[in-house]
Amino acid sequence: MVLVCTVIGAAAQVLIKKGTVALGENPTMVETALGILTTRDLFAGYALLGISTVLLVLALRQGELSLLYPVLTLTYVWVTVLSMIIFHDSMNVFKVAGISIIIAGVAVLGRASRQ
Amino acid sequence: MNTPISSMLWVIGGSVIGSFGAVYLKLGAERLQINLRSLAVNWRLAVGIVFYLLSSVLYTIGVKHGELSVLYPLVSVGSIWTLLWSKLLLGEKLTKPKFVAVGMILAGCALLGLGGGKKETTGTPTAAETRHAGRDLSAR
Repeated sequence: MVLVCTVIGAAAQVLIKKGTVALGENPTMVETALGILTTRDLFAGYALLGISTVLLVLALRQGELSLLYPVLTLTYVWVTVLSMIIFHDSMNVFKVAGISIIIAGVAVLGRASRQ
Repeated sequence: MNTPISSMLWVIGGSVIGSFGAVYLKLGAERLQINLRSLAVNWRLAVGIVFYLLSSVLYTIGVKHGELSVLYPLVSVGSIWTLLWSKLLLGEKLTKPKFVAVGMILAGCALLGLGGGKKETTGTPTAAETRHAGRDLSAR
């Protein structure tokens, strides 16, 4: 459940980033609020952010916080991968190494949670 | 470009508040029942959500100045606080795998920061900037 939550959270952030272009350089608070309601990407992004928070709360009903919270860092991994695909961010050795170590760390937690 | 101490303090402050938010989300989640009345009186859940939002605002203020390669790993320090509160406030057991995993995650985030840490004013956004795009909005 937390895994799904991180994927949705990452998708939300990418959509929000994509949607901010529509807001222009320095939007006022009113423009921002209107933008969220009228821009498809922004609206979808914030909706997904809400869904991911709800999923997190549902996951926390049963799981230990000290196990689940670190797993949320996977969001960074998905955002890095998604921005590569959507925004054509460059990939480099640091990013690949960082992603690998984070995934390995989460795997350690996954094993610990089954014991 | 140097990273001002104030930016680091904002980000660290954000991570502390965010970790408290997580603790209250957990406390609220344990008492969660799916009916409107219990949702409305679940103050722990509300505190958790408010702290969570507040931490985003602090992050946004923090990342406005300074290098993301320094600030990015600081965000993940929130995992350390959360481990601490889980033990002290929730009475969860801290096992060796948890420490190992958080250590690995911190190292991984530091590497991600190094890989995408350059703040670009034009061109494609870095992953770290993407991550904070939503937070930029919430601060305005």
